[in-house]
Amino acid sequence: MNRRTLLASVAALAAAPAVGRAAEKTKIVWWHAMTASLGEQVNHLVDAFNQSQDAIEVQAIYKGGYADVLTATIAAFRAGQAPHLAQIFEVGTGSMLAAGKATKQVWELIQETGVAIDPQEYIAAVRGYYSLADGRLASMPFNSSTAVMWYSKDAFHKAGLDPEKPPVTWSDVVQAAQAIKAKNAAEIPVTTSWLSWIQLEQYSALHNIPFASKADGFEGLDAELEINSAPHVKHMQRLLDMSKDGTFKYTGRDNQPDQLLVSGKSGIHFNSSGARGDMIQSAKFDWGEAFLPYDPDLIKEPLNSIIGGASLWTMTTPGRTAEEYKAVAKFLLFIGKPDNDAYWHQHTGYVPVTLAGFDLSEKQGFYDKNPGADLPVLQLMRGKVTSNSKGLRLGRLVEIRNIIYEEMEKAFQGGQTAQQAMDSAVARGNKVLRDFEKSVKT
Amino acid sequence: MSEAILRAEAVTPAQRPDWLAHAVLGLGVLLFALPVWLVLAGATQDSGEITRGELSLLPRLDGLAIYARVLTHGTMGTEPVWHMLLVSGGMALAIAGGKIVISILSAYAVVFFRFPLRRTAFWLIFITLMLPVEVRIIPTYAVMSDFGLINSFTGLTVPLIASATATLLFRQVFIAIPDELVEAARMDGAGPLRFLRDILIPVSAANIAALFVILFVYGWNQYLWPLLVATDPGLDTIVIGIVKMIGVETQTDWSAVMATAVLALLPPVLVVALMQRWFVAGMTEGEK
Amino acid sequence: MERRTLFDGWFLPALLVLPQLLLTGFFFLWPAGEAIWWSLTRQDPFGLASVFVGLENFSELFADPLYIDSIVRTAVFCAAVSLLSMSLALLLAVFADHEIRGRAFYRTLLIWPYAIAPAVSAVLWLFILNPQVGLLGRWLNAHGIPWDYHINGGQALLMVILASAWKQVSYNFIFFLAGLQSIPRAVTEAARMDGAKGWHRFRTMTFPLLAPTTFFLLVVNLVYAAFDTFGTIYALTQGGPGKATETLVIKVYRDGVVNLDLGSSSAQSVVLMVGVIALTAIQFRFIGRRTAT
Repeated sequence: MNRRTLLASVAALAAAPAVGRAAEKTKIVWWHAMTASLGEQVNHLVDAFNQSQDAIEVQAIYKGGYADVLTATIAAFRAGQAPHLAQIFEVGTGSMLAAGKATKQVWELIQETGVAIDPQEYIAAVRGYYSLADGRLASMPFNSSTAVMWYSKDAFHKAGLDPEKPPVTWSDVVQAAQAIKAKNAAEIPVTTSWLSWIQLEQYSALHNIPFASKADGFEGLDAELEINSAPHVKHMQRLLDMSKDGTFKYTGRDNQPDQLLVSGKSGIHFNSSGARGDMIQSAKFDWGEAFLPYDPDLIKEPLNSIIGGASLWTMTTPGRTAEEYKAVAKFLLFIGKPDNDAYWHQHTGYVPVTLAGFDLSEKQGFYDKNPGADLPVLQLMRGKVTSNSKGLRLGRLVEIRNIIYEEMEKAFQGGQTAQQAMDSAVARGNKVLRDFEKSVKT
Repeated sequence: MSEAILRAEAVTPAQRPDWLAHAVLGLGVLLFALPVWLVLAGATQDSGEITRGELSLLPRLDGLAIYARVLTHGTMGTEPVWHMLLVSGGMALAIAGGKIVISILSAYAVVFFRFPLRRTAFWLIFITLMLPVEVRIIPTYAVMSDFGLINSFTGLTVPLIASATATLLFRQVFIAIPDELVEAARMDGAGPLRFLRDILIPVSAANIAALFVILFVYGWNQYLWPLLVATDPGLDTIVIGIVKMIGVETQTDWSAVMATAVLALLPPVLVVALMQRWFVAGMTEGEK
Repeated sequence: MERRTLFDGWFLPALLVLPQLLLTGFFFLWPAGEAIWWSLTRQDPFGLASVFVGLENFSELFADPLYIDSIVRTAVFCAAVSLLSMSLALLLAVFADHEIRGRAFYRTLLIWPYAIAPAVSAVLWLFILNPQVGLLGRWLNAHGIPWDYHINGGQALLMVILASAWKQVSYNFIFFLAGLQSIPRAVTEAARMDGAKGWHRFRTMTFPLLAPTTFFLLVVNLVYAAFDTFGTIYALTQGGPGKATETLVIKVYRDGVVNLDLGSSSAQSVVLMVGVIALTAIQFRFIGRRTAT
């Protein structure tokens, strides 16, 4: 009985809405999805802000994984208790943009509060993902990563390949895979995490081909998928062919294959740049990090890769005051300062989101001490951002990614060709997009 | 009759021992014991070894520290296990207790009184049998969020308290109460509430015990509803916690998962084991 | 079924029944009503706008081959889990009914697994069947049998069937045993004296006498497999790979919570509601018993 009463009272407190206290400081609530060491870094950032001034207090609350944060935010909004800031994953951007007056976009914040956040200070490829078609910033970039090619130098050595010369093109990759297989240098020659994000979304950006029409969805809700185009199908078929001769193995969705990378079982493993932290901590073999490979017959110089990760959305709620929004803007300005951006970047696996943050890290000698840590940033900053390399702006992208997984899984099991898989994915994906469009146009 | 299941009958094996029965039952017991033994033993081994696949069936005594670690710190991305156990325990007790109390009251009202709309009330309650929580999750979630009860202990437990099975059980029991008992109580000058407290509840003690076991296990083992309603990690139940431990982005701490699984099993298994007699009797009540 | 001796008054009973009615109203009737209403609309996740679309969600559902697949898959899953679980339980119950030494011991050990959570059952089976860390999973791969339920749909389905059926055996065991025990000794003795051998006796006498129990358990198991296995499936495969293990209840969750398609998810919930009502009605009509949850 005692336990229950205790729990009940604790819960009653927890259920109380977190409204900004008019009393002394303005209180800002930030719901995020950063666990473990990342969570500690969030707290570090928040503490630094709280200590730097007297008027505002930010409270960072870990709400679970990205999907949990989104669900919780929606529920809270419906109950009139939305947090001030919510960390929403990049694939939720489409849905958040359609949320209309449930959110207050950054450009609105800038206009209303006069706080001097300058989108131009952010790395183009990063801010592009979270901006409107006309360049206005909708949500604040925070933790961004991109995809890179990890490889086992040990395996390369064993396969007779030069560990300091990772593959540059996809035909290089195919050759390397065959060498690795021939010499049995790794349990799995080539594999990828996040198949959809890396092998289709990133691939499209690098080669300046559209993933979807209407500038990858930036210009309209009536976008349609275009991943059944010849180059896409060719790349998918290549993976299928490699799978047949054992040089590539499909090892699961999203981050399920990650285990293989850290344990050194894969010779070449495409994954997020964010895996760096784990590699340093747990990998017990000699590894390397390289740019994503490309196909030179599609493009001479590959463009920038796109980001993954999440951004911070400002939520509205009845009774939220102008004072609170100003506080939010001030916090967003703070985390974008070079010192803070550089600190966040250097202590997590994420890239700096501002140009100044990157420069500062360079000046501080961070990349000298950590060779390869600048690779993801360099990949994000190369070339000129086009409408095909800003990222994706598609509603229900999570569902679309799952559809792609399903179709490719079927193909990997020998049930269909790449063309069939992509055609099917496009058909099903377009239906999802039309449903989303309809649900938003009401 | 159902007592017979548990009565250790004095058996004189005049014939040959029933090898077949022993074999089949022995295998059966093994089938259920093995996976649990696996995690019991595995919890004491090293996560790294387990990841490389070197899981052995022999526990390591020096690995017992994992339980302390997991209890106080949980693992990446989760709360300390003692906290999750507390939430689960609170939830299970609240649901079991709540359901029993409410059902006794309703069954009593429906059986011992004749009031207008009694039939309607009964049927309304009965309908809930047809709506397992999985079928009403989304709109129940919406109702909870509109009331701001998402992410609260209330939201975690209350929607699971309202259901008809306990009410129906008590109704059956109450209907079977002999009239003489009621008459006697009335003659003693006992009002309806006294009757409830002094006679009905003691008489139903066995049923209450059985229901308690069933409902405690039910509450403890919930997954879908807590998954949906509680996004705040502070409200994670132990069952949610285990699954979360596996889903963490970086390497899973397998021995921690195993240790947590053992801890998650313990309370409901203990409840069933200790109250087995009543539990089995209550479950097979309908045989009568 | 009514009592003759009753108490007077209506205020007290109304008060007593109020809590349950309130809970029923708020957490059953209202959500059920909402589900029905939402199934007729299309709306955005934030609840800012919704449009009445009539039966469009339903027609789209049934026109969607993937939904039909889901129904078939759920039916197959339910049948497999029920069959596997019940036959194993019956086998064990028959032998637990024998008069052997230590049968109380066996019985206790076969009853406690009832307490295992479906999601925990999944975790336990993960340590057996996971291709990287599972005892059996590794053994299979090491001996040339490619076993990976992350990419092979059939294997994934097999695994969730095993984990789900395993967990349910205890429940069925309890009821089968009770059913066997309720067969009068006289009948068993008579059959034995007639010279009927074990298997023959079972087939012609025991099993038919167990028919009511069997039927009851069948309905309960089907409902269990359709709904209570959410935890097991979600913890192991989340409905994947592909849609290999996506049962109807997983799909409701996915479409509603992950994909935020409230209209379709509600329509699916309504379909499930109809299904459960049908099953429960059958259960009560022909058996007159309630499930113990």
